[in-house]
Amino acid sequence: MSQDTSSAAELAQEKAAANRQVLIQQIIRTVGMLPILILLGIGFQLMSGRFFSPQNLSIVTQQASINTVLACGMTAVILTGGIDLSVGSILAASAMVAVIGSLWPEIGMIGIPLALFAGLIFGLINGSLVAFVGLPPFISTLGSLTAVRGVARLFGADTTVFNSHMPFAFIGNGYFFGIPWLVIIAFLSVIVTWVILRRTVLGVHIYATGGNESAARLSGIKVWAVFLFVYGFSGLMAGLGGVMSAARLFAANGTQLGQSYELDAIAAVILGGTSFTGGVGSIWGTLIGALIIAVLSNGLVLIGVSDIWQYIIKGLVIIIAVALDRVRSQGGART
Amino acid sequence: MPSAPETTPILEMRGISKTFPGVKALAHVELTVYPGEVHALMGENGAGKSTLMKILSGAYRADPGGELRINGEVIHIDGPLSAKTKGIAVIYQELSLSPNLTVAENIYLGRELSSGGQVDRARMRAECQGVLDRLGATFGPATVVSTLSIAERQMVEIARAIHANARILVMDEPTTALSSRETDKLFALIRTLRADGLAIIYISHRMAEVYELADRCSVLRDGSYVGTLMRDELSAEKLVKMMVGRDLSKFYKKDHDAHGSRGEVILSVRDMSDGHRVRGCSFDLHRGEVLCLAGLVGSGRTELARLIYGADGRKSGTVTLGDKPLDISRPIQAVDAGIVYLTEDRKGQGLFLDMTVQENINLQVIGRDAGKGGLLDLKKARTRAVDAIRALSIRVTGPAINVGSLSGGNQQKVLLSRLLETRPRVLILDEPTRGVDIGAKSEIYRIIDDLVKTGVGVLVISSEMPEVVGIADRVLVMREGHIVGEVGGTTGTAITQENIIALAAGLAHPSAPAA
Repeated sequence: MSQDTSSAAELAQEKAAANRQVLIQQIIRTVGMLPILILLGIGFQLMSGRFFSPQNLSIVTQQASINTVLACGMTAVILTGGIDLSVGSILAASAMVAVIGSLWPEIGMIGIPLALFAGLIFGLINGSLVAFVGLPPFISTLGSLTAVRGVARLFGADTTVFNSHMPFAFIGNGYFFGIPWLVIIAFLSVIVTWVILRRTVLGVHIYATGGNESAARLSGIKVWAVFLFVYGFSGLMAGLGGVMSAARLFAANGTQLGQSYELDAIAAVILGGTSFTGGVGSIWGTLIGALIIAVLSNGLVLIGVSDIWQYIIKGLVIIIAVALDRVRSQGGART
Repeated sequence: MPSAPETTPILEMRGISKTFPGVKALAHVELTVYPGEVHALMGENGAGKSTLMKILSGAYRADPGGELRINGEVIHIDGPLSAKTKGIAVIYQELSLSPNLTVAENIYLGRELSSGGQVDRARMRAECQGVLDRLGATFGPATVVSTLSIAERQMVEIARAIHANARILVMDEPTTALSSRETDKLFALIRTLRADGLAIIYISHRMAEVYELADRCSVLRDGSYVGTLMRDELSAEKLVKMMVGRDLSKFYKKDHDAHGSRGEVILSVRDMSDGHRVRGCSFDLHRGEVLCLAGLVGSGRTELARLIYGADGRKSGTVTLGDKPLDISRPIQAVDAGIVYLTEDRKGQGLFLDMTVQENINLQVIGRDAGKGGLLDLKKARTRAVDAIRALSIRVTGPAINVGSLSGGNQQKVLLSRLLETRPRVLILDEPTRGVDIGAKSEIYRIIDDLVKTGVGVLVISSEMPEVVGIADRVLVMREGHIVGEVGGTTGTAITQENIIALAAGLAHPSAPAA
């Protein structure tokens, strides 16, 4: 507090203490929920004896992959203080587009860009509603949650579309040097998101807009462009999720696919320590959050917990983990 | 004077210390307050005033060893509730009312009257009326708080305290958000309360208020008690010396020679209007001059600045920078042209409190520094931050610290350096020293002085008269949306508080502003 007249020794001491505090805060912020993820892993290993087997780890990471991709977009959105409830529906619609596109003879690969494009368009519509019409994100994406779900059913005339000769089936089922393509794509998405958020001007503007929107406007940041981007990006990621899902299942169903995926994506972001009011958070936290959710689902199956109890336990773990985080971060609150 | 030796003090704090992890916030602080006195508590930001008051109000617990007496009896305060029952009430800077409830509901918040399990609103209203009448309120107990002005809300807070039989009232910078008329009303109210025998502990940065109100004034510095002055001992030099611990031989720095450094017109504003708060304002700002925009709060100064900067939509008006007419409808256009604006609302509209010092300083230039694809140049950003920290002597342990953890003065310097990094030709500063301690104030004046020497034109909006008189080369005075006059510069009228106030209040004949 007192800097003016403290003696040099006191000042040095204060500086060292402050530096230590900053370092600890940074570590807590980056590591976040990692201890819980590790504890969960060890616990399931002890109870089932096969959690850490290579096959199982491969399954867990594949299970986490689509949610991770969705959560990448969701992280950007929540960092601006918004929310995107429509990613599950956009995933379904994009998966429909991907499968239908893949049925084109000779150029079936076109399903991929078409699906990504569809996701991007839906996302940009969300973004426009927020940026230009000024609707609250919760409301505009709640609307698209329903509307895009309808569009997804419309695409396949309310049937399940199949393609047993999916040209990009390798994405959902293939391996690259022993690593599933799904996992590679998810990891690349995390890297790309990290670069955008932490290494570009746009990323700083995303954090700034979420941290203090009126200050962002006053300092000349194009807040509308930030909103348009994050919702567009979230839509694009949902489109990518649609491709991954279609490639894995060789099929898509507009009614069922992606139901309540948005909740898992939001849970991953929140578990990852991103502030719901925006401005604070990291993509690495989100990755850990998505892994915690996948590990829980997988581990509970491994130790034979019934489906009903899986829901209850998953919900409780999310609540307890975030509550613990709150308690812990209050310890370092400003005085 | 009520502070005669035979009177028992209503409050005695002796040897109060408070240690936070790593910081000794208070060391053996004393405070003695008598009933029926206004006791000013002064000190720089971080001197420990707020901490001391938080101990009094039960928000913090003091370290063991100190002693607290009320009416001569040793007491222990172990929480906000126990402070309240002992007659201590705090009126906070951020008002703590529920805006959606009525005045009566707020006054009774937490101790609602009920009959038969239902809230008895009629009785609550009836009982509040007495207190409101006593305070001279012009609103009734059934008024919804959100419809009241800040000053009226403050009155509700005071009414709540009095209604709960408070004997010691702590007011923390109560005039920050008030206009001068509202301030006068508040002062009258404080005098009434004093006459009723309440003890008022009055925290303020503004010396003028302390002169006007205080019976005695205690000063804290760096968490220690410096001393207490009686009313007739009060003087600016003495207080500043006690607060800062040294003489501020040259508090207002104005080394740039007003006529020597003043160059050609750099910013020319004509017929600026927004339709209601700003009406037809025209003026010129020269290179190398400090032009102050004075006037009462609400006279349209901030609104005028925001129009020039493109933050709000204008109805009419042109801005010319150098000899280039500008078309500014968004802040980014002003920044690109070389005009920047320092907001009066540092935390609400200026800084990104969750971001680091480095990110805040670089925020407006990262676009210019960035490489292909908008990739950040982090090395350059760090260099800029480190240089700015040194140039403006911002007291931080490093550029990676969150801005939210800095003191007001250092936050202001971070915000200022963010603007300076854009290399502006015109700097508009809106209340640049609000909520800033005396040391940092003096440094901000030095920064302004240095900028002006390099040929920047600086427009300063300030409500602090001594500041205006101390730093301005020329003063424009606004009233009700118009620029009504000018003092200093070539007008032949001297820059004095009297001349400015006469114009601001409409007492003098408006002289046409020199265009």
